Formats: sequence, C-alpha cells, structure tokens
Amino acid sequence: MNVPSSWRVPLLATGIAAALAYPLLVPNYLVTVGMLVFFTAFIGQSWNIAGGFAGQTSFGHVVFFGTGAYTSTILQVTYGWNPWLAWPVAMAAGGAVGWMIAVLSFRAGLKGSYFALITLAFAEVFRILANSVPFTRGGLGMLIKADPRPENFQFRDPIWIYYLAFVLCAVSILIAWQLTRSRFGARLVAIRENEDAARALGIDVFAEKVKVLTLSGAMCAAGGTFYAQKYLYIDPSIAFGVDKSVEMLLVSMVGGAGTVFGPLIGSVALTGINEGTRWLAGIVPALKNVQPLSLVVYGLMLILIVARLPDGLMGLFRRRPKAVPRA
Amino acid sequence: MLEVRDLSKSFGGLKAVDGASLDVRRGEIVGLIGPNGAGKTTLFAAIAGFHRPDAGHVAFEGRDITGLAPYKICAAGMVRTFQITQPFAAISVRENIMIGAYLHTGDRRLAEREAEAVASRVGMGGQLDQNGADLTVAGRKRLELARALATGPRLLLLDEVMAGLNPTEIGEIVEVIRDIRAAGVTILLIEHVMQAVTSLAERVYVLNQGRMIAEGTPAEIASDPGVIEAYLGHGAAKVLRA
Repeated sequence: MNVPSSWRVPLLATGIAAALAYPLLVPNYLVTVGMLVFFTAFIGQSWNIAGGFAGQTSFGHVVFFGTGAYTSTILQVTYGWNPWLAWPVAMAAGGAVGWMIAVLSFRAGLKGSYFALITLAFAEVFRILANSVPFTRGGLGMLIKADPRPENFQFRDPIWIYYLAFVLCAVSILIAWQLTRSRFGARLVAIRENEDAARALGIDVFAEKVKVLTLSGAMCAAGGTFYAQKYLYIDPSIAFGVDKSVEMLLVSMVGGAGTVFGPLIGSVALTGINEGTRWLAGIVPALKNVQPLSLVVYGLMLILIVARLPDGLMGLFRRRPKAVPRA
Repeated sequence: MLEVRDLSKSFGGLKAVDGASLDVRRGEIVGLIGPNGAGKTTLFAAIAGFHRPDAGHVAFEGRDITGLAPYKICAAGMVRTFQITQPFAAISVRENIMIGAYLHTGDRRLAEREAEAVASRVGMGGQLDQNGADLTVAGRKRLELARALATGPRLLLLDEVMAGLNPTEIGEIVEVIRDIRAAGVTILLIEHVMQAVTSLAERVYVLNQGRMIAEGTPAEIASDPGVIEAYLGHGAAKVLRA
C-alpha cells in the first residue's frame, strides 16, 4: 500500500476504535449490517489467501463453508456437542476437504480455469450429497434449537455476534498480513506469478498449493459454523449454494485480490450496495420488480473493476506501474 | 560434477535430444552451442528435471538425479535459468531475488540482505524496487541470473542469458559470469553469441538435431568440419563455390 508508513499505525488504531464503537452508536439493524461486513470480509479473506495470494482461483469455495456449517451443526444437533467445541472440528473438516481437493486436482495438474471449474463441481457434488444423505436431513435442512446463551455460541444481543465477526475478520487480516512478510507467502506469490520459475527456484509447488488450500478451507469452514450459529438454520442450498462462492470471490476481486485489506474493503462496498439497493427498491416503485437489484449493480461493478481497476479498489490507493508485455 | 549419459527425449515423433552425453567438471565454464532447434533447451530442461528423459541418466556430484523434480534438483545445488525470461512480474526485483534466497533461510531479513547482495553482484543494485514487469530485456536476463544465484548453487545452467542484448550489455554480463565463476560456481551455458562463448568457455559441446556432434576448446570447435557443416549447411556451400 502506498500509505506513508508513519500514518499506518494511527490509521489502523482509528479504524479499530471506530469498529469497536460503531455498534454502541447505531440501531440493531445497522449492527447486523456491520456484522455482515466483517463476516463477508472474513470468508472473502479465506478465498483471497488461495485465490488472491496464491492465484488458485476457486469458484466453489462454498464447499468449505458448507462443510464447516454442517460439521458443527451435525455434531451439535445430532450428537449434542457444545458448538464451541464443534467449531475447531468443523475447521479441521474444512481443512481436510481443502487438502483432499488440492491433492486430487493438483496431482492431476489442473490449473487456472480448470481448477476453478473442478472446485465448482466439488461444491455442487457436496450440495447434492447434503440433499440426499440421511445425516444432513436432506432438503429439510437442519434447525439448531434457539438457546441464546454465550456458552452455547448464541447471543441475545447482536452486539456480541458483531464483535465476534470483528475478531474473525481481524484474525484473517493478520494471517494475510503474515503472508506478505513470510517465506510461505512469498512462495505463494511466486507460484501465482510464474509456476515454472517457482519450480526452478526450489519451490515444491504442489506442496505449497496443498498447504494454502488446506489453510483456506479451514478458515472458510470457521465462517460456516459462525453462519450456522447466527441464523440457527442451514440447508443444502444455503450451505453449498453458488452465491456464497461468488460473494467470496467478488469481495476479494472488488477490494483487491492478493492484498491484505482487499476483502474488507470489497465487503464494505458490496454490503453497502446490497443495503443501499434494498432501500432504493423500497422507495422507488419502478425498481420494485427488479429483484434482487443488488445483483444488477454487482454485475455492473464487476465489469467496471475488471475493465478499469484490475487491482480492485485497493488499486486506487496504490500506484502500480502498467504491465509491460513479456519479452 | 555433472555427468549426462546418452540422454534422449522425444516429443511425439520428434527426437529432440538423441543420446546426448556431456560432462562438466568443477570450476569450469562449459558452453553448449548448436543451430536453432538443435535441442539445447530440451537437453537443459531434461537435466534440470523439467522434462523426464526417455532414456539415459543424469548424475550431479556423483548422485543420480535423473527425473528428479526441479525443486529437489535446485535444493541439491543445481539451478537453471530460462531462455524466455520468466520474471515474477507483479513483485519487485528485490522480492524476485528473495524467492531464490528463501531456499536456504526462512528469515525475511536474511533473505532480503542476501537478495540485495546478489543484486549488486549482477549489477542490479539500483533496480531493487522496480517491478519485474518493468525491466528491459537486459534487466530481465540479469534478474534470471540473480534469482538463480540467490539459491546458492554450485552449478548454474544458463540458457541464452545474452540473447537480445546489445554489445555493451553482453560485455557487462560476460564480466558478471566471470565473477560468478571466480566465486566458485561452475557454469554450463547455452549461447548463440559466439564471441561470448569463445571468450568465456574452456570447453564447448555442439549439439545438432539432438545429437552431440563435437566437443573441444572453442578453437577446435571453430575448425571442426562437422560443426561448420551443421551451421552453414548446403546453402553456404553454394555461396562458397560461387
């Protein structure tokens, strides 16, 4: 980022203070909107670590999200586990699915759009499985009994779930930040930029890609459990639906794929659009039938970003020299 | 140090490398020349693990490395550069070279220092903050060299690091390569620029249509009729007769 380094700490401190004070100052509805911003930024960051930093673009990241959501919910509802205890198990399950998909697709040498498509296929397979196997209760979905106690991972006051989302988002940003300054992160970027050169320079490309997808899968699964605990209901199309995958990819791309703050900035922008268009559709009768209006705006925005701002909104803060064609 | 025996590699019906052998001894600079399409780059790729050879074997420092993955070969101390430069375009020269330096250290500061030291060795000390994508051809060639050097190799395989450079730049990079050898790195280089090969290499191998057709000092090679034939062919014979 091109922000002068002497500004960074004050800027960050102000941001954190504002985020902490925000829910105390606004009505509950806006607290929930804020929670969604951080939550979406969190799952977006999980995508960004694999798709942005390592360049392994996935169209089916929801497979991890759904794995997390179903793992903790099944443990809780069917086996009576405490959801806090089920949470790390859900993350491990998401990581395992990430590991499995990575090993299968990278062993087969899938790259670029082929990898993207295979992830999409995995997500669809999981959705269909969740619809048909008995232990997910199929299309009926799973209901978590409402019992709003903190030790039960349910909160009466939305402010707590807001703070939890904030912490998740902060942790994910720390992970991304760590990637910008560690050997592991440098290797991921090298793989994204040029796999052959990375191999020649001693990088075990396969192993690094498997690692990053495992990490990304575990993070995304944590988001799945969080979501299930917030809404207390999941079904196959919520947990494994394509739209969540798109959302994760979109916030990263809009904000700036491969940047530390990209998913957060993208999430602010997209959640803002989402709420803004909903409000607009409510007061402008002509827009009432354009449902959902936010998708139209998303589409326009994506076209603009791809055409004008390939580095996302973060690109506005950063001067990046124009790419020169290869010699 | 490097021992290549009867190496063959085909693509479909095309025998790109056909029973080629070569040796590189510690401390040498060895040239590999040959007309376009002779199979030089394929031979390099097969040595460095990028292509699995169909037959033959490669030994590095007495250890069989035939068909080993490139990253393992690099870790063993042999690293290649690419004829078509492959910079990490979106990151800086410093970060590019650090990728090489990270082979032996997980510490960022150490890798950074190492990268800066290597950059000044190849004359890129002033370009550390430029992006890989913004380099000139000469800059990219140097970056290839620098990144490879940062992995701390004992044997460096250079694939046409002088192609596309002007005479001044060639003179500079020849000096850089001499310095690298003086620092104890053995070098095998593919080169088209004959002047550079003759001034650098003690021994030269000539590859033609996948076969090794000659080996010797640059002077011996230059007067070898088989080599002249391979390079000049029938068209030249006609010209000479006229």
